[in-house]
Amino acid sequence: MKAEDIAKVLKAKKLSLSGEYALDKEYSMVFATDLMSDALAMIQKAPEETVLLTGLCNAQSLRTAQMLDLELVVIVRGKELNEEVVRMGSDLGISILATPFTMYEACGILYREGMRSVS
Amino acid sequence: MSVIYQKTYNVEKDDYANAGLVSSLIKQSLRTIGVSSAVSRRVAVAVYEAEINMIIHAYGGTITLEISDDGAIRLIASDLGPGIPDIQKALTPGFSTASKKAMELGFGAGMGLPNIKRNADEFHIESSPAGTVLDLKFQERE
Repeated sequence: MKAEDIAKVLKAKKLSLSGEYALDKEYSMVFATDLMSDALAMIQKAPEETVLLTGLCNAQSLRTAQMLDLELVVIVRGKELNEEVVRMGSDLGISILATPFTMYEACGILYREGMRSVS
Repeated sequence: MSVIYQKTYNVEKDDYANAGLVSSLIKQSLRTIGVSSAVSRRVAVAVYEAEINMIIHAYGGTITLEISDDGAIRLIASDLGPGIPDIQKALTPGFSTASKKAMELGFGAGMGLPNIKRNADEFHIESSPAGTVLDLKFQERE
């Protein structure tokens, strides 16, 4: 699923895009958590195809994405990110979307669209 | 085998604002040196968990990155205490003594040491009230 389509179905704001072609990038898997160590434990394969869904809106969600080589983070529950965190996303080459949906709703929508869990 | 690169970073107690910065610098160094993405990702996850642990639980410490001429990567995370009372418990997935502040950072899942152990090819830990030393080695896996 293209990042553009993920943003569309999640009615998401595009807070940071990592380069000109960020919205054309394809993703196939999702891991959803507010606990970063769980993300660090569970995301082991194909990070470039994996989206991190989280309600954690501080720098650590981006640091976690950086360590794992993830390229797309979706912030759920309509939370705002401060400018410094958004800038960090740009600096690290990580795209950030923000959706008004809850974690449960966002997962349901992406599952219906064919996105699957990390294996 | 001889060490061809070595750098030590300080980690301060309760320095939540910079949490992950040392790990970020180490990861960037590994990629610059030309370490594969698979290995640098494993090192990054381990060092990030170690750095967060040090900020949350310890009185500060240092993290040293060493690279040998045979490509082996060694990380030594050494803190100033107060030590881990029961290492076996701390290695149990889900066991956590993390504070509310750690939870706010998105940590405290009880996966820190288990994540470090899983990502390292060699894992040694020693702990006393004077401090904890984690000695980790990484290499390319076939």
